[in-house]
Amino acid sequence: MAEAIAAGARATALTGRLTGICGAQHVITEPLELRTYECDGLTSHRATPAVVVLPGTAEEVAAIVRVCAENGVPFVARGSGTGLSGGAVPHEEGVLIVLSRMRKIIEVDPVARRAVVEPGVTNLAVTEAARPFGLFYAPDPSSQVVCSVGGNVAENSGGAHCLKHGFTVHHVMGLEIVTPAGELTWLGDGTGVVSGYDLLGAFTGSEGTLGIVTKIIVKLTPTAEAVHLVLAAYDSLEAGGRAVSDIIGAGIVPAAIEMMDALSIEAAEAAVHCGYPEGASAVLLVELDGPAAEVEAELATVRALCSAAGAREIRAADDPAQRAGIWAGRKSAFAAVGRLSPAYIVQDGVVPRTALGDVLARISALSAEAGIRVANVFHAGDGNLHPLVLYDDSSAAETEAAEILSGAILDTCISYGGSITGEHGVGVDKSRYMPKMFTAEDLDTMQLVRCAFDPASLCNPGKIFPTPRLCGEVPGKRRAPHPAVAAGQAEIF
Amino acid sequence: MTADPTAAGKALAAACSVVREGDSGEAVDGIVPLFVASPGDTAEASALLRAAAEHDLAVVPRGSGSRLGWGAPAARCDLVVDTLRMDSVIEHAAGDLVARVQAGARMNHVLGLLAAAGQEIALDVPGTATAGGVVASGLCGPRRLRYGSPRDLLIGITIVRADGTVAKSGGKVVKNVAGYDLGKLFAGSAGTLGLITETTFRLHPLPAARVFVSTTFPLGEAAANVAAAVAAAANSPLVASAVELSRQAPGGPVSVGVLLEGSADGVAARAARMAGLIGSGAAEVSAEPPAWWPAAIEPDGGTLIRVSFWVSALGQVLDTIDAAARASRIAPLVYGSAGAGVLYIACRAEPAVAGFVSALRTALSGARGGVVVVAAPAPVRSALAEDGGMAGAVPSLSLMRAVKDQFDPGHRMAPGRFPEGI
Repeated sequence: MAEAIAAGARATALTGRLTGICGAQHVITEPLELRTYECDGLTSHRATPAVVVLPGTAEEVAAIVRVCAENGVPFVARGSGTGLSGGAVPHEEGVLIVLSRMRKIIEVDPVARRAVVEPGVTNLAVTEAARPFGLFYAPDPSSQVVCSVGGNVAENSGGAHCLKHGFTVHHVMGLEIVTPAGELTWLGDGTGVVSGYDLLGAFTGSEGTLGIVTKIIVKLTPTAEAVHLVLAAYDSLEAGGRAVSDIIGAGIVPAAIEMMDALSIEAAEAAVHCGYPEGASAVLLVELDGPAAEVEAELATVRALCSAAGAREIRAADDPAQRAGIWAGRKSAFAAVGRLSPAYIVQDGVVPRTALGDVLARISALSAEAGIRVANVFHAGDGNLHPLVLYDDSSAAETEAAEILSGAILDTCISYGGSITGEHGVGVDKSRYMPKMFTAEDLDTMQLVRCAFDPASLCNPGKIFPTPRLCGEVPGKRRAPHPAVAAGQAEIF
Repeated sequence: MTADPTAAGKALAAACSVVREGDSGEAVDGIVPLFVASPGDTAEASALLRAAAEHDLAVVPRGSGSRLGWGAPAARCDLVVDTLRMDSVIEHAAGDLVARVQAGARMNHVLGLLAAAGQEIALDVPGTATAGGVVASGLCGPRRLRYGSPRDLLIGITIVRADGTVAKSGGKVVKNVAGYDLGKLFAGSAGTLGLITETTFRLHPLPAARVFVSTTFPLGEAAANVAAAVAAAANSPLVASAVELSRQAPGGPVSVGVLLEGSADGVAARAARMAGLIGSGAAEVSAEPPAWWPAAIEPDGGTLIRVSFWVSALGQVLDTIDAAARASRIAPLVYGSAGAGVLYIACRAEPAVAGFVSALRTALSGARGGVVVVAAPAPVRSALAEDGGMAGAVPSLSLMRAVKDQFDPGHRMAPGRFPEGI
């Protein structure tokens, strides 16, 4: 404890230098104001940072990181704070670097299909800047109105449409980063072709643990000529699941395939009056996009398959307003289900698509056993489940039971060859589950990357990995490079 | 190199069931390996690399061996690890569009199995190449515009570290952000970080139909007009799978072609519209690729140069290549995925090539992108050594060195293959 206070004091002692870098108005030390930053979108993990800084430029970020590195003070980057795994939870003894002032769209090159943006720019703002050119930014996490592109890079964010269009990592072509030593450098140059190791790919999705992003070159995608949304209602999740398998089996890759169960349909209906078929046990949303000549034919096939799987009602929408109306139910689901219960846990497990039926049945059994309700809203196309575990947080017993149930759901995902997280990240929230999915050797090897970037472990420490690796000693025989080689003056390996 | 080759040989033989002495036919850039070992699975590969570490052997992983001549030559090679015995498709989950494949499986074998279920790994690579080799060399072809490169389709990987430690990342679900993605790091790493033993790929349904739309711009056509056609095709909502370009000689005619994939009716309708975009009526539509359409890139003993650029700079890039080729008095073939910002320049084995590369680098230094010599005969390599090397300027080199030092502290994995001696 005494040590912690000393370290916190060390961070506070940097205030003068931080003020010199960013100006006093952009350095926060007032305890009440600091509290504003104590958590991100996952409110169950909280820590108050020693200092918060809001830099305005990449050079300022680099200078801040250098000051932290010189003084051995941990630092954490934060974008819009919408993350759902506690990836941006501050370090109590450290500096929180908030990037929300860095929100310039620096360049849009419609011919190269590239945009260069600062990390605080919101996801949707990129699409809005690209739209006049007939282009859009494909990754679309549900929080796209507020979430930042820098945060998307850290988490390798997905979204409903990543089934066809891929994840953030497939759309990030270059990053300017501040390394944990405080140096500005580029990973990738926007071409999508890397020379040397693909550090751009390795960095994307590293949850802020390998450095801080200060500029992002993203790929833009031509806006689809035609978009059709099909809604199909079923009397069981199994029937809806059958339709999903049949659509994929027919060689169609829809832009999105989403499913909701009875509890979430009911909640969404109450919240936004989305007009989903009454009394349905499952609602399936299938969105098709692409050239008009392809999408029309796919639409006919999808309707036929949905019907053959036993749909009690099918609706299709092609104009943007109608589609938005149908999507509203799906997009409001988390918040709507939240109203049903004083508290809830959102899980993010993934299973092979073909195991969806078995896993949903298992979740239902676990839920009944624990006496705790679970609502299922999920990306059916890629097997990414978002079970919402509903509980009363005023009861310690129920809170514990909900956490146990949540863990059991992740165990089920792992046992089917899946993952503990499809798009929310590991953060602080799921690091304890990592050893269930990976061996000690796997985790040790991943942390070699951490040791290469951040040997002092100051950059967003305590995230992803349950046990940090000491980077000081490299095991095995050492054949250190000749200093001239290391300095780039010679090539004699 | 090991102090005691006999003891090293015994240790390798104890670790791996197939070990033999290397011969001149298996030399890697002129270095005859002491041993060639063929592990049958990850466990055997792990024991083998542990033994190699104990005897301080420099290790070069080899799949089909066709791209060992790419990059700089390895500085040392005591043990070639041949992956060809690890040749099975471990799992093809057709309903999940996922396949798990051992590193030594040949792509024609893998693709044959997948095609039976109407699926594919959407990379245009030689059938003789191995899955591990494709990943380690980052090989891809025209359809990179739509599907990306191996790193984009790889969803899981198992590797053996230089010290024999087995590690995996990713898994067999496409959507997965748990932990660092080692697959990204190993894709294109040319064997310098460790041995790849298993790869898991995301699959795509085989398209029902495909069609090529192509046109040729005559001698003397302004590069800007060619570039405009390429951009129009690549940026069109008609969704091109590939937009390729080929020019046989400096200043000569330029062919531009577009691949469309989809349903039979769909591609026909899209092709008619695409023809208008690139050739204002003069474009040809065919079910088979035009004669100039690039085959999978194969080494031919000459120099192969890769130029990457923002597509908005394509006109400038074409003019620059032309001017530099004329100045160097060479007549290279220029081809590649123009719509994705990548062109290859194939030169014969001529001494002037090094000067050509320098001229390109100087002229394009202001533009975003790079000029990398993918493969070159020894004289060109040594001429380039004092002039930017094979890779030219590599940003973040100190981070790359740090990664190499962590994964391979003894610098025994394919030492020297990578930019700047990594």
